[in-house]
Amino acid sequence: MTTDIGTWIAALLTLCIFSFLYRDNPFYKFAEHLFVGISAAYWVCYYIYNILIPNLYNPLFIQGQLLFIIPLILGVMMLMRLFPQPAWMSRFPLAFIVGTYAGYNFITYLQTYAIDQVRATMVRVVDVSAWQEFFAHPGVVSFFNAIAIPVVVVGVITGLIYFFFSREHKGVFGGLARTGVWFLMIAFGASFGYTVMARISLLIGRLYFLLHDWLQLI
Amino acid sequence: MRRQGPLIITFITGAVIILQYFIPHRPFSDLQQLFNSWFLVIAVFALILGIGNLSKIHIGRVVRRREHWPYSIVLIVGFVIMFSAGVIWGIQRGTPFYYIFWNIHIPMGSTMFALLAFFVASASYRAFRARTPEATVLLVSAIIVMLSRVPLGNFIWKDLPLVGDWIMAYPNMAGQRAIWMGIALGVVSTSLRIILGIERTYLSGR
Repeated sequence: MTTDIGTWIAALLTLCIFSFLYRDNPFYKFAEHLFVGISAAYWVCYYIYNILIPNLYNPLFIQGQLLFIIPLILGVMMLMRLFPQPAWMSRFPLAFIVGTYAGYNFITYLQTYAIDQVRATMVRVVDVSAWQEFFAHPGVVSFFNAIAIPVVVVGVITGLIYFFFSREHKGVFGGLARTGVWFLMIAFGASFGYTVMARISLLIGRLYFLLHDWLQLI
Repeated sequence: MRRQGPLIITFITGAVIILQYFIPHRPFSDLQQLFNSWFLVIAVFALILGIGNLSKIHIGRVVRRREHWPYSIVLIVGFVIMFSAGVIWGIQRGTPFYYIFWNIHIPMGSTMFALLAFFVASASYRAFRARTPEATVLLVSAIIVMLSRVPLGNFIWKDLPLVGDWIMAYPNMAGQRAIWMGIALGVVSTSLRIILGIERTYLSGR
């Protein structure tokens, strides 16, 4: 068993959180509240040193760029929300944040998630070399490689058809929409499986910490 | 002024950010950099506002001796210790701030997420009942992806990891792409509505 105090603190807090698996209890509540307090302070300090000092303190108070008094005033106006009477003042900095964020989202989503995705789907559907490889060496892997591009194109188009609600999902259109649902289900299943494995991996990490770093059993 | 002022600010900032993308030259490029810097500063003040609100709630809970008030003291003490450590000694490696971060913040954060493994497992037990063909597809896809990422999958069938990768790279990507395109169109239209002042719910719905 280790004698390092930091490892002991980490191990005991880890056990406090795992105790929630039994039921909600004072140990878990203690760890939960401690985590919230420490996390809040961590992010405040992180942003003070990495954003406020280089983007506000240095330009305004060291370099004397008076233009930076505007974000300072807007920031203070934001804090007015804590008081009922001048709470309306927080609308101005909020409007600045919402406007900038909307502008960035407009560009990012239009470029990355719409135009680039459409461009990536506009490909040659039949990959001749992949089919040649399949006929030369028939097998599961070569078959999957051959049908990969058509699967993507069909999946994207039918998935989009499913999200098109201006027309009733009946007949051929309904059949295509149902195919889209299947692709969406595969995507949800895959994402779910991936998330579960990520969580299991974290769990293994915590158990390894307890058994190796703390108890030194393995 | 209280209503029109914020709408004008939203329009100007949003329009400048969009314009600089299509016209990446002065004055739009300079304005975008300036706005970006201001945005970060104001966002930090928004975080400070959140901390102020958190403190207000928990101090109030302690003062009024409400239910579970001793835990609020734990939260406040944790915040004060971490914050003081960061302000007095800095946040570099080797400081008390870093020690608390490494021995308390990191282990608790990972354990919180690791805890979700159990809840995800119990949720999946309830959700993964193959009642319909679509639910069966979801179930099969999830099982293949999970098995393909552990040695057992390779033991069952040597090509299973390849099939898992193939599902992630092609059918999964096709579904995700369709979803993201839908989200993108929604975000673009909502952003435009906000910038043009049609969507005003962020101003308390007025």
